Amino acid sequence: MSLVTDIHDDFSAKRRPTVSMGTAGDYFELLKPRVMSLVILTALVGMVLSPEPVNPVIGFAALLAIAVGAGASGCLNMWWDADIDARMSRTSKRPIPAGSVTAGEALAFGITLSVGSVLFLGVVTNWFAAGFLAFTIFFYAVVYSMWLKRSTAQNIVIGGAAGAFPPMIGYAAATGSVNLDSFVLFLIIFLWTPPHFWALALVKSGDYAAAGVPMLPVVRGAAHTRLQILLYTIVLVPVGIAPSFMGFGGVAYFVVSTVTGAAMLALAIKIYRTGDGEAANKAAMQMFGFSILYLLLLFAVMLAEHSFGFGAGMTRALGVLFGGVA
Amino acid sequence: MMAENGIRLTEEEQKRRRSRSVALGLVLGALVVLFFWVTIAKLGANVFKRPL
Repeated sequence: MSLVTDIHDDFSAKRRPTVSMGTAGDYFELLKPRVMSLVILTALVGMVLSPEPVNPVIGFAALLAIAVGAGASGCLNMWWDADIDARMSRTSKRPIPAGSVTAGEALAFGITLSVGSVLFLGVVTNWFAAGFLAFTIFFYAVVYSMWLKRSTAQNIVIGGAAGAFPPMIGYAAATGSVNLDSFVLFLIIFLWTPPHFWALALVKSGDYAAAGVPMLPVVRGAAHTRLQILLYTIVLVPVGIAPSFMGFGGVAYFVVSTVTGAAMLALAIKIYRTGDGEAANKAAMQMFGFSILYLLLLFAVMLAEHSFGFGAGMTRALGVLFGGVA
Repeated sequence: MMAENGIRLTEEEQKRRRSRSVALGLVLGALVVLFFWVTIAKLGANVFKRPL
């Protein structure tokens, strides 16, 4: 009887069912388009390292699948983190905390795109690449978002692997396997992630603390974070130059990776030496901004070298310079 | 009669639903074209080599 009464009350009160308020743009926003564009670039570089040329249609379809898979994991991350996103100024306008897309809609969207992108990549290229993409989505959505992000200050160090896998997936899509070259590309992004995000976290540590996210500056303090940024940058710069000496980075790559690497190092030293206050925030934001340009330049130059064929390997170039046999 | 019993969407809700519908239609159309080209790229002339 009470059930009947409840249902009757529901109808009689004329409660309006929830109507979706999301626009196409809101759903696109759920895919983290800026991250997705970086994924497209890095996966494409992994693909062009393949010794065998890739059919442009297959290459395009594979890139699309990898990009959508990355977007799907971003969507699942926004679904899981909606509560903390709402508490941070940087993320409070995302579609779920803003109220334009419900959590259930985002979950359904993320799962559908995850399954669809993995199956599509498998059918179009090979199941090793598809499995790798599935693992990456799982790693970002479950290992990073659900487990590491709220439990350890090393969250972005380990979780950063998810963002670093795309070049390896791109190479796997083209060849059916991975090699040392694609692993070095992974390593560049993996080592780049901590100084990049910690620079932002230094400035936004209040936000992270309020949201209960144990970012390094919140847990270990600003001084320790500045030291860690410097240490990671010291390791990153030589790894960034390494492709030139491994035969898949040319002279242009060597020059760009050395010059921008030196700039990264200079900015990391500046952050380390600058104490707290406004100047420190400015230095951190400079590092955050420049680190994006650094990664973009490394991969763009490598792409240009492999696409237009002006990337003579450094070993060959050095041979020419010093009179040896090219 | 049905409209009176059902949900009446506001103008804003109708606008947003239309935005979703148009985007979904474009995505589905693009997928049809993509699947066609991928099939041609993977099978090539073998598309026509099949028993009747």
